[in-house]
Amino acid sequence: MRVGVVTFPGSNCDYDAYAAFRHVLDYPVEFLWHGDADLHNVDCVILPGGFAFGDYLRAGAIARFSPVMRSVIAFAETGGLVWGICNGFQVLLEAGLLPGAMRRNASMRFACQWVRIKVESTQTPFLLGCRKGQILRMPIAHAEGNYFADEDVLDELEDSGRVVLRYVRADGTPDPRANPNGSRRNIAGIINAQGNVLGMMPHPERAVERILGSDDGLAMFHSLVGAGVVASGVPTQTVKPVERRAQV
Amino acid sequence: MMVTGTVTVRLKPGVLDPQGQAIRRALEQMGFESVHNVRTGRTFEIQLDAPDPASAHGRLTEMSQKLLANPVVETFSVEVKS
Repeated sequence: MRVGVVTFPGSNCDYDAYAAFRHVLDYPVEFLWHGDADLHNVDCVILPGGFAFGDYLRAGAIARFSPVMRSVIAFAETGGLVWGICNGFQVLLEAGLLPGAMRRNASMRFACQWVRIKVESTQTPFLLGCRKGQILRMPIAHAEGNYFADEDVLDELEDSGRVVLRYVRADGTPDPRANPNGSRRNIAGIINAQGNVLGMMPHPERAVERILGSDDGLAMFHSLVGAGVVASGVPTQTVKPVERRAQV
Repeated sequence: MMVTGTVTVRLKPGVLDPQGQAIRRALEQMGFESVHNVRTGRTFEIQLDAPDPASAHGRLTEMSQKLLANPVVETFSVEVKS
């Protein structure tokens, strides 16, 4: 599988995502440029964290119209794998590839902290190697991660198992104290109906080595590269949950 | 002709406005106790060429739908001065 990481003007986690593949997994990965509509035949596009176009107007609102996004939208609609992390999630919402919108954090503060998220469903190549109910510890860093959607949209997401990641306490309860930004129903990540598009606010690419504070994010990278996905985004095999890497 | 339009984007009713709440609390602390609620929004002043105000209104509406407002959480209104 070929992986591409998009760089927008203002992206700042593109190298982190790149390094997770290249240096931690020793897996080939390349950069894609926002001004270039050519996706270089990759099978998975990563929209990284950062502040694309300065978050002007609304986070993701300008990035959504860049040439690369026209291709990403067509790619996603034909089953291509698209993974939006933090700012990338905001871009996916603005592009309409996922439902809902982000509001300013309820605290009105930039939230930069460690969170715990629970894997609510593994029905997507990005989480195939995780256990349902598994709790992952990784950082968040955002000012607009307060996920909003109408109640009927939220119900539909829940009923179809598309709320795949939820902010929880250490014991797995998704109560308000575990919610870092005011997101409806503690939602941290959702997928589209086909499962080939994932948007999440937490940063798995910043949790891929113990020395960073956690390597829980590795489970997602292993899921992706081990899933044996074909270009259609349909998993061809299931993978076993990954063993934790030894301390660095 | 050159037309100036104003687009006002507001949060839909029912959508949490943390900024508005923070402003309301600040106003209250400043002694404006009569304030019940504050909702924030933003305005765009846009100058454009258009054959007439009606078509300018149409273009501004299109811009609002496509970019200036996010229909999931916001509503907008368009006003044109000629």
